[in-house]
Amino acid sequence: SRASRKRECRIMATVSVCQYHRGGFSFENCKRNALLEADINKLGFSSPAARKTGTTICGVVYKDGVVLGADTRATEGMVVADKNCSKIHYISPNVYCCGAGTAADTEMTTQIISSNLELHSLSTGRLPRVATANRMLKQMLFRYQGYIGAALVLGGVDCTGPHLYSIYPHGSTDKLPYVTMGSGSLAAMAVFEDRYRPNMEEEEAKRLVRDAIAAGIFNDLGSGSNIDLCVITKGKVDYLRPHDVANKKGVRTGNYRYKHGTTGVLAKTVTPLNLEVVEENVQTMDTS
Amino acid sequence: MISAQAYGGNGKVKEYHYTGPVEHKFSPYAFNGGTVLAVAGEDFALVASDTRLSEGYSIHSRDSPKCYKLTDTTVIGCSGFHGDCLTLTKIIEARLKMYKHSNNKSMTSGAIAAMLSTILYGRRFFPYYVYNIIGGLDEEGDSETYKQDTYKAGGSASAMLQPLLDNQIGFKNMENVEQLPLSQEKAVQLVKDVFISAAERDVYTGDALKICIITKEGVREEIVPLRKD
Repeated sequence: SRASRKRECRIMATVSVCQYHRGGFSFENCKRNALLEADINKLGFSSPAARKTGTTICGVVYKDGVVLGADTRATEGMVVADKNCSKIHYISPNVYCCGAGTAADTEMTTQIISSNLELHSLSTGRLPRVATANRMLKQMLFRYQGYIGAALVLGGVDCTGPHLYSIYPHGSTDKLPYVTMGSGSLAAMAVFEDRYRPNMEEEEAKRLVRDAIAAGIFNDLGSGSNIDLCVITKGKVDYLRPHDVANKKGVRTGNYRYKHGTTGVLAKTVTPLNLEVVEENVQTMDTS
Repeated sequence: MISAQAYGGNGKVKEYHYTGPVEHKFSPYAFNGGTVLAVAGEDFALVASDTRLSEGYSIHSRDSPKCYKLTDTTVIGCSGFHGDCLTLTKIIEARLKMYKHSNNKSMTSGAIAAMLSTILYGRRFFPYYVYNIIGGLDEEGDSETYKQDTYKAGGSASAMLQPLLDNQIGFKNMENVEQLPLSQEKAVQLVKDVFISAAERDVYTGDALKICIITKEGVREEIVPLRKD
């Protein structure tokens, strides 16, 4: 209770300061970090950087709905960290969101808004609207003043029709018929500006988005691998992952498996575990 | 809102007002990417490079090989800043001609390497931003001296290639393995495979691979396509 908490604070006041947690980022460690960074730089090292996706994402509104597209490469500096990551995130059954920028930020932001939107939808008893998701995302990103590095392409179909938004890390949004984001956005936008028409058919819209992402994949070093598509119409969502395997892994001619005994064994201890097998589950690892 | 940028290196808060003229540095260098690799066996040498020329997140060219043929027995691989690569190879070719005219014979691989060292050191205080690897044959190559298979990777994906070559050619970190000498076919196959793997993970490596194979018959070229993304 409040009274007991006050008592606890007074007792604890002799040991530490009782402070309410205000929410948002805590900037307590900035001074310490600045000093540490200066020390590290003096020794010649650099502090680790956040992993960014270096991406091409885009979306287009067509006759019956929206088509969202994304590449599947995640980079850490100029090294590929993930060759097949998923950048089209679920927000609600009729709303999906592509994310560019810091990988952790796009993942967590879309999950938080998806969760809040589900609760909101249960409260209203209605299917969520794209504008609602847009409002929630922009209000969160503005609250964090751009420190959450998430650049999003939000699309979906609700009772008012198909809608497409682009959302910037500082919290500004644009409502447009076609949008691109990420390091490959210029390459993708070049394709859109050439071939976009209002009220396209589904196949034409899918081809356009596929070609826009392909432009990003082949001309931007931060984007690569495959093309994922998400086609959202009234009552149906086609999550096509992958829609197009634009880059196959090169086939190696040599055999690089090692025989048993290649790694020298220094010592060996065998401890038998007397266990009873209740259930066996095998999950293969991707060793390609 | 207080951020890390508000604090200077000594931990004190930086004063937020315009202090006067701000220095903007001009960098004479750019990084154009690319990976080079050279392997030398008993009677052959290979110099391989990818053919992608990039800058920042863009690609300038998909067909810009980094192997330059110097003589019938020597090839050099240069990657790094493309402007310096071109200038350096121009200077080397000029010096080769000068040597040939005054000494009435072509420079040997070892001589070219020694000369390159002096050319690079001449620019010790404004260096050529180039990673060089020279591969070649010596005419009277004493087979005892060149018994050991040598290999070196340079350029953007060198840190990925070098450990694999240490393992496959140098047989490092392995036990109970038959240490066969490297044949020309195995070396070419290995070079193709390592570049395929480098193109998977390094964004600067890709498009195509050019291998220059140097034997006593001369220099033969092989081009293999790589990932274009």
